[in-house]
Amino acid sequence: MTISIVIMLGINHIGKQAKRSFNTTISGVDLIVGSRSSSLNLLLYSIFRMGSATANIDWQTFENITADNKVKWSIPISLGDSHKGFRVLGTNNNYFKYYKHGDSQSLVFSQGKELHHVFDLIIGADVARTLGYKMGDSLTLAHGLVSTHFNQHNKQFTVTGILKPTGTPVDKTLHVSLQGLDMLHLPPANNRLTTIETQKLDPLKIDKIHPKLLLNPSYTGQSITAILLGLKSKFMIFSLQRHLNTNGNEPLLAIIPGVVLSELWQTLAVVEKAMQLIITLVFVSTTLGLSAMLVTSIKERYREMQLLRIIGASPLFIFAIIKIEAILISLLSIGLATLLLYLVFIPVQRYFLNQYGIYTQTNIISLINIDWLCLIFACTFIAATPAAYIAVKKSLLIDVT
Amino acid sequence: MSIILQSVKFNYAKSSTKQIIDIDLWSVADAEKVFIHGPSGCGKSTLLNLLSGLLKPKSGNIKLLNQSINHMSSRQKDKFRANNIGYVFQQFNLIPFLNAIENIYLASHFATKITKQLLIKQTHELLNTLDIKEIDWFTPVRYLSVGQQQRIAIARALINKPKILIADEPTSALDSANSDRFMSLLIALCAQHKMTLIFVSHDMSLSQYFDRVQALPTINEMV
Repeated sequence: MTISIVIMLGINHIGKQAKRSFNTTISGVDLIVGSRSSSLNLLLYSIFRMGSATANIDWQTFENITADNKVKWSIPISLGDSHKGFRVLGTNNNYFKYYKHGDSQSLVFSQGKELHHVFDLIIGADVARTLGYKMGDSLTLAHGLVSTHFNQHNKQFTVTGILKPTGTPVDKTLHVSLQGLDMLHLPPANNRLTTIETQKLDPLKIDKIHPKLLLNPSYTGQSITAILLGLKSKFMIFSLQRHLNTNGNEPLLAIIPGVVLSELWQTLAVVEKAMQLIITLVFVSTTLGLSAMLVTSIKERYREMQLLRIIGASPLFIFAIIKIEAILISLLSIGLATLLLYLVFIPVQRYFLNQYGIYTQTNIISLINIDWLCLIFACTFIAATPAAYIAVKKSLLIDVT
Repeated sequence: MSIILQSVKFNYAKSSTKQIIDIDLWSVADAEKVFIHGPSGCGKSTLLNLLSGLLKPKSGNIKLLNQSINHMSSRQKDKFRANNIGYVFQQFNLIPFLNAIENIYLASHFATKITKQLLIKQTHELLNTLDIKEIDWFTPVRYLSVGQQQRIAIARALINKPKILIADEPTSALDSANSDRFMSLLIALCAQHKMTLIFVSHDMSLSQYFDRVQALPTINEMV
């Protein structure tokens, strides 16, 4: 009984949390623009850091879109690298200014501030906690997605900011400047100079890439993975989306995050229904199990019932105590299940977040709503009926040995 | 008269031609102690079920304490039983996970209420009379010896001051020393409370304690 309630509530909890987690990851972004692929793919890699991009967007395209008079703000993002299993994201300071999650909450620094230097690094709360990085730590970032990579470039980045936990994939992301990310991809030494020249960096600092190299405000990158856009008015979303999707210059895809998410839920509805079915079946089998268990116990305890009858208990009393007993069992089970869920969820919380990007809350109590309780009690009540009936029947006569 | 059975007939539905109980007339006087014996299958269980009101006779009249239990509702019968009839069985006289005191209170719960103080007083008196040490009062009864359990069973049966006490092989699980102790306590308490005692047993050696000894087949004219 306890186990099945654990399963029931557990599955339900994870399901809800997953959905909530997805829905609250991004907020306030009107359009996501990427190279043409499936809209789900674009959403997953740009926001949830799952999968990878098919192609990049040209920097010029980013500039063109940003210049569009419908656009209020734009965040370039460049993905593809990792550090010890966490994704590295190249962006600019618009990211920290405009990116919102949950209920329109902005990103907040727990320490440090925005990007100022090329080798500045801003880490999410989970990265800081898991890898134990502090402000001012220097670390080497790798090119590619594999955590242990032979081809690590010796680019020392310095932690200059740590974000507060958001419960979104932002927590597991290392943020660097686009410029810094480009540095990461430079071949060592030989043609560094020319690249730096093309990027119009201060010539005085060319000879040695100084860790305090300032960001160039007029930086022009080469290519980025996706753009997050905020528009001046929500009414412009569709026209801009249409414009971008039909623009012939570069095969682009613009998506509305909310729309794609609801498409995703529609796709997953089958899975969800299957889950519900499993939960129901588990519960039904448990209820049958409980029923059988009660019947067995009554067969062993019928003398108790006879005794109660002989000292004056009415058949109704016998019936009622069996029912109450069953209800107590289910109450106890609910209590145990809640406890067990807490014990299980607290350790796996991190695992879920790291592995699946699902941020699970531990407020399981909130799950146990009136509907569930009523359902459990109603089923228990029904399940106890055969046992109660047998108890009454058995107790009708004194069974003399 | 404490018990009167008049032309009581009973059979379980499926064997309708054969009467399990067919008693023309049988009566027990107030405070009389009757020893009933007989072979298995002569209707002892059925008779006890009839006397307790758990079974209803097919015909005839059963009067207990000058009240006809045939005409009582199920609820009235339960209440009547709780108030007026005490039972001691061979075993399973007590709820095993409750202690002696709780078992006695439980029996009292179904009868007409008395005050808490009176209940406590009577319970303590009974347990003392029955030689149950205070240390054992609050132990779940399953941890007590069979002898102790049977004596607590008497206390449980007597707490509501019944007029009739029915004992069904209460000593068969006891050794002879315990059995004698049990019998003398039982007989003494019956005399003290002027209770009618119906005692069913195979053990003829116990018949010495009784006013009347009857073989059930002599009163039950079953075919």
